[in-house]
Parts: sequence; structure tokens; C-alpha cells
Amino acid sequence: MGEKRRGHSGEMKKGKLLVVPGMLWLAIFFALPMLIVVAVSFATRNAYGQVIFNFTLSNYQRFFESLYLRIFATTIFTAIVTTVITFLMGYPLAYTISILPKKWQQPSLVLVMIPFWINFLIRSYAWVIILRSQGIINTFLLKMGLIEKPLTLLYNDYAVMLGMIYALVPFMVLPIYVSIEQLDKRLLEAASDLGAPPLTAFRKITLPLTMPGIAAGSILVFISSLGMFVVPDIMGGAKSALIGNIIQNQFLAARDWPFGSALSIVLGILALLLIMLYYKVLEGQKGVTNNEKKLA
Amino acid sequence: MKKNWHSAVLVSYSLAILAFLYLPLLILTLYSFNDSRMNAVWTGFTFKWYASLLHNRRVIEALTNSLIIACISTLVSTTLGTMAAIALNRFKYKFKGILNGLLYLPILIPEIVMGLSLLVLFSQTGIALGKNTLILAHITFCISFVIITVSARLEGRRFDLEEAASDLYATPWQAFRYITLPLALPGIIAGGLIAFTLSIDDFVISFFVAGPNSTTLPLYIYAMVKRGISPEINALSTCMRMTTICLVIISQLLQPKKKSN
Amino acid sequence: MEEMVRLEHITKKFGNNIIIPDFNITIYDGEFITLLGPSGCGKTTLLRMIAGLESPTSGKIFLADQDVTSLAPYKRDVNMVFQNYALFPHMNVEDNIRFGLTMKKVPKEEQETRINQVLYLTQLENFRTRSPLQMSGGQQQRVAIARALVNNPKVLLLDEPLGALDYKLRKKMQLELKNLQRGLGLTFIYVTHDQEEALTMSDRVVVMHNGILEQDASPDVIYHAPKSKFVASFIGENNFFSLDDNKALAIRPQKIQLCHEEDENSAGNNPVKYGTIVDVVFCGTIDKIYVRMDNSNDTVVAYQYLNDALPWKCDTRVGVWWEKKDEVIVEK
Repeated sequence: MGEKRRGHSGEMKKGKLLVVPGMLWLAIFFALPMLIVVAVSFATRNAYGQVIFNFTLSNYQRFFESLYLRIFATTIFTAIVTTVITFLMGYPLAYTISILPKKWQQPSLVLVMIPFWINFLIRSYAWVIILRSQGIINTFLLKMGLIEKPLTLLYNDYAVMLGMIYALVPFMVLPIYVSIEQLDKRLLEAASDLGAPPLTAFRKITLPLTMPGIAAGSILVFISSLGMFVVPDIMGGAKSALIGNIIQNQFLAARDWPFGSALSIVLGILALLLIMLYYKVLEGQKGVTNNEKKLA
Repeated sequence: MKKNWHSAVLVSYSLAILAFLYLPLLILTLYSFNDSRMNAVWTGFTFKWYASLLHNRRVIEALTNSLIIACISTLVSTTLGTMAAIALNRFKYKFKGILNGLLYLPILIPEIVMGLSLLVLFSQTGIALGKNTLILAHITFCISFVIITVSARLEGRRFDLEEAASDLYATPWQAFRYITLPLALPGIIAGGLIAFTLSIDDFVISFFVAGPNSTTLPLYIYAMVKRGISPEINALSTCMRMTTICLVIISQLLQPKKKSN
Repeated sequence: MEEMVRLEHITKKFGNNIIIPDFNITIYDGEFITLLGPSGCGKTTLLRMIAGLESPTSGKIFLADQDVTSLAPYKRDVNMVFQNYALFPHMNVEDNIRFGLTMKKVPKEEQETRINQVLYLTQLENFRTRSPLQMSGGQQQRVAIARALVNNPKVLLLDEPLGALDYKLRKKMQLELKNLQRGLGLTFIYVTHDQEEALTMSDRVVVMHNGILEQDASPDVIYHAPKSKFVASFIGENNFFSLDDNKALAIRPQKIQLCHEEDENSAGNNPVKYGTIVDVVFCGTIDKIYVRMDNSNDTVVAYQYLNDALPWKCDTRVGVWWEKKDEVIVEK
């Protein structure tokens, strides 16, 4: 191979500055507000709801009260269940798309991703009109005489979970599809050549090697689920509040911004930890896949 | 594709999930044509809910706001994002870690955190909530998406073409204008469309930074939903969805054909 | 002869790696000069420095007596034919060729004249409106050359332009390039790792190794009178016999004669060394005979032409000899 080089003369280096405006914007409108929120999380408020900057840990201490811990645990539990179920739905969908003839893959992917682009609000609302007591299902069942009173399908924890799964399946599909697509199909041919039946080959080759995609999709779904407040707000009842609703409430009705900030920071740190964990796992995977490439 | 029962099971399962994804949306659309106000029972086909939307002053206002905000946000975020994507693609930067963090975190962090942080920023710096804060907020979350979209399309970028242009007497600006930009244009337009879609559709972040007189369409829908069920919501939602779908399809059509190895 | 390009004390470092320690050369008007060397020897780096696409760590570059060391590429009056052509995919052939003229704001009429001329020169008249993506490697090659030549550069730089072409096409293009250079009287600076190519086309060959100039001479001298062991072994095949710590004796395979062990008289007054044939390789026009020498366990390779004498076989004992005048002493 010849020498690979990208020399810059002094004038071309000016192009480096192109990155500044965008990054500056993000620094001011993303990084800076985050820092302010951290500061506010250590503050208190006065009677009018204004933030007073006295350093205090009381907001974080309040988080450890049983009520909030319970809600946080419920949120995490919901997120885990959502992640698992979206995985069970998303992986087969991604896999099916990947074995379609090339011509159909892109359109199919678009088909799956379109709901992703429609906002949660509309999608949750769709479920509301299906599930509510005068909604489609109940009306249908009543008319058929299968039930006498309308079922309360809405405004409970199950409805919330359904709404979340519905909202987040597309998040799971795309990363997994990308991972499957990048899989070297010749590895499966080699497995078959060495006597592995399809299901075994899937379990021992495909599944492990698509881990990066699974991890990416899971992280996306899990984090999104943690912070969701739209779905519980519309489809959940008073008892189905998740941490997202609590936070939303602190910033609007209750006007307790310091507490709300503390809760968001906890949420944010959890998200960050998961992301870092993901990157660590990814680094480990890279070593594996690189070796595989050398052997191939 | 091996034709055995594996594939059959897989395909049926996938179609079922696809149905699960689309059925509620189809029902929503269907009932937007229902004559009855009480959603579930079908009484007749009508366009009257769509018509009433056109006469609803507040819907028009929300729509106008959404469009203005989306247009401005798209323009600014696409410009800033494209510049950044091109530079990141071309040059090596020392603080790659920090830059990547700034770039990816807005997408990975829950929207609610981003929304309330902007609310805190605006209130602590005394900026009144309104169309301006919405625009600032929308630009912020759009930039990352634009950078990622444009970067992905820049993957196959050829620096030798820019060197050739320079060898042929093009100044750096000319090389950018005649070579880099035209070749990156499909990606840039795709990025712009994504930014536009995200802005039009955004609810969570807008929820926190909108002022009393600056409603966007999603916020208006939310208010309606909170008040109760009505077919106008179906009609409005359907309109929004159709727009979104069109935008997504257009941006997909701009994707370069992937070459098979 | 007029000086065209001069490199003075050029050094190039990447981080802590010294790619080029101290390079000096003067290139004259109308020369076809080739920088020849293995991958990584710095030849492409030098070429790119002359074009302005890389900056030397220290040293000066002169174009027609003007110091251009700090001048950007678009301000230099040289043009480059890139290794993989770098044709603009979103423009057709004509627009590709036109590009440099547009940048220099050449008047429209003159543009047309020059484009027509260069299309004729490179036999691309029928490809004016074709997209480069729909053309073969050889055709793309000619577009790249046309695009560079249309600007009437003082110096044309060519970075291994024929590397991607198959053997026959490469041979044909080598002749075409040579004729082009002669006909236009331009200075060509050519980079390649293919020594056959260098010897065929050049007026002057500069052999490089690890950023150092090993030898700068005409192809004939490079081939028949290599100064160092590196040059002797890089250009064509060579056999080496160590004389002392600094010097070795080099003798070309085609100058080696073989005789049967008993038949030492055919060698005349020349000394004969003995050995056993270990391999005979058929190479089309010649057979390569590999002989393991008795005393030293060195392997000597000799060329035998098919219409010579009898074919040699493995395990035959042979005498190896050559004429004194064919010996070349090289530095190690």
C-alpha cells in the first residue's frame, strides 16, 4: 500500500474553525443549562417558588424518602420490562427485515421507522380511544355481548407499559438491524459447513455478534423509558406516576425547582452511567470482532 | 431466503408486530372521518372535523407557530450542524472526547432533562418564555441530529477530490463550494428534513419552554387531550402524521444507494 | 538547461518519525524524471510537497527560481495527476477538464480552444459529455491527464498514475505518456515503485530509500552501474558476492554463464565457481536457473534463453562464470 497522508497547509487549517459555532451553541444551550440544574439541585426555594442559592443537600435527601424511592424503583422496573419486551418484539422484526431481498429492506425499514417519527403524544392518544371505557374495544365487546360492563383497560400500570412498549419498539429495531446487517454472513456459512443447524448457528454466532446492536437499542429504550412522562400522563391513572411525572410536576404545579432538579440529576446520572457502561462493553466487543476479522 | 417453517414463523410474527404498530394509527385516522362525536360507534363518513379545524383560530395559530419555529430552527441548526459535520469529518481534533460528548449527549439524555434544563436557563437569565425560547430550544436538539445525519452521509468523502481542486487553482472556499458542498448536498437536505420533522413533532421540550401565547401544534393537541376526547384531535393528529410521513419518505429517498459488496 | 524545480535541504517529520532527513535535487526544464523506490520511501511525500499539498518540516522549494515553500497549492503553477485520478464524480469529462480554467478565470473562448486541443491530444473527443463513473480505468486516466495538461503547467506531477491498470494497458499508456511529454516539451516528475516503468520512460531516475537519495542518474547508468547494493538489488535482479565490509561484487543474471562441471574450458580465462542446480523456473522468455554454490551456500540466479544450448535440469553439477567486464562493485 502506498503512503497515506492528509497534509494541510496553513490556510486549509482555518477550516477547523467550522466546528466552533455548532459546538459553541451546544455548549451554551446544552452543557451550561445542565450545570445550572446541578447548581439548582443544591439550592432551596422561597415561598414564591423562586430559587435561593443556599447550598443544601436536602433535595437529595428527600429523594431517599420511601415514597420517591418506591416511585423510582417502579420506574426502573417499568423500564426494564419495557426493554425486555421491546427486545422480544424488535429483534425478530429486525432479523426479518435483514433476510428480505435487498430491494425490500430499505422500504421495510422505513415502514417500521415511520411510527418512530410520529410523536408519543399522538401515538398514546390512539391507544386512549381504543382502550377507554367508551373506546373501540369496550364498545365492540359490549355489542357482542361478551361483557356487561366496560373493562377498565386504561388508567393503570399495564396501560402505561403498553403505551411505552408501543412507543419504543422502533428504537430497538434500528440499532439491531444495523448490527445484523453488518454481520459477515460467511461466518454463518462456515458454521453450517461445520455442522451447526440454523437455530444453533443463530444462538452461537448471530446473537453474540449482534450484541452491540442489542446493547445500543436496549440503552436507547431504557433511558427513554426512564424519562417518559407523556405516556403515564395520558394513559396512566393517579397511581401510575413515574419519576418523569414527578419531575414534571415539580417544575409546573408544585414549583419546587430544586427538588425537581435533584431528581433530574439522579435520572441524568443513571443515564450517563448506563451510557458509559455501554461504551465499556463496546470496547470489549471490538477486541472480539477484530480478532474474528483477522481469522476470517 | 431459506423457505422453511423458520422463515414462516418469523415473517408472521413480524407482520403481527407491524400490525400492532400501525393498527392504532389507522383506527385514529378512520375515526377522524366518523360522524359521531362519541368516537366508538360509527355513524357515518364526514369531513366536518377537518373543516372545523380550518375554522379554529387557535389551531391555525398553533400551526403557524409550529411552522415558523420549525423553519427557523431548521435553517439555523442545519447550517451550524453541517459546518460542524464537515469540519469533524475533515480534521482531527484534540478534544475528541468532549466534542463527542457534546454531540451525542443531547440525543441520549432523556428529553425531559433537556427540557427542564432549558427552562431553568431561561428563567435564571431572565429570558421570557415564548416563541424565541422555543426556537432556541429546538435549534439545540436539532443540531446533534443534523450533525449525525450529515456525518453519516459524509462517510465516503474523498479528500483527494478536494486536493485535486486545490491543485487546479481552487481556493479553500472554492473547493468547498464547487466540490465538497455539491457532493454533500443530499446528506445536508436529509439532515434538514430530519430537523424540520423533529421540530414540528416536538412535545416534551416545547412543553417546558413555551410561553402562554406561543403554542405549538403538539402542545395544542396535548391541551385538547387533557380536556377530553374529540374527533378534532383525530383529524389534527392525522394531518400531522401525514406531514411527518411525507417528510420522512422524502428524506429517505435522498439516501444514496448502498453499494453491495 | 533551465532550472525548473529545486529542492533545498528538504526534511519531513511526522511526529517523531523522520521520513525525509535531508533531500536536495535540481530538476531541469523538459526532463522526464522519475522518483523510484519502495513503498514508504518518501517519494509521494516529495511529490506532494512540490504540489503544495504537504509542507516540508524545513527546507525550501523553488519553482522556476521562485520560492514557493509557503505557497498554497492553488497558487502554484504545477498540476498533479492523482493516483486514483480524483475525477469529480458530479461533473462530466468536459467540466472536469474545464475546472482549472474556470478557477483561473480564463476567458470562455480560450477555454473552448484549450479544451478541444487537450481532448484531441488524449483521444477523448467522443467522451466530452460522458460521466467519469461510466468510463474504464484507462479512459479515466486520460481524463485526469487532460484535466491537468489543459492548464499549461510548467511542471506536471504524476503520482503512480498507471498503478490500477492491467499490464498491457500500462505498457501502452507508458508509451503514450512518454510521447506526450516529448511532444509538449513539458517537465514531468513521475513517481512509481515499478522499476521497469521507470527505466522505460525516464530521462533521469532518482532512486530513493527511507527518504534518502540513493542514486540520481540516467536509466542506463542506474541499471549497469548501480552505486549501492540497494540500487543494484532494487533495479532488476542481481547476484551479490561480498568482497569486504563495505563493498560487494554485483553481477546480473543475464551475464552469468553456465557450463558443465567437466567442461571448464568453455569459460576461457575466467575463474569458475562450482555448485548444484536447485531450481529451474520457467518465465516465458527465459528460464531462471538457481544454483547453490559449493563453498558459500549462496544461491546464484542465472538467466538462460530458450534457444541457448541444452535445457538445464535440477541436481546437475555446473560451473558458474562471467566476464570481468560485466562485474560491478557496489557499496553495501
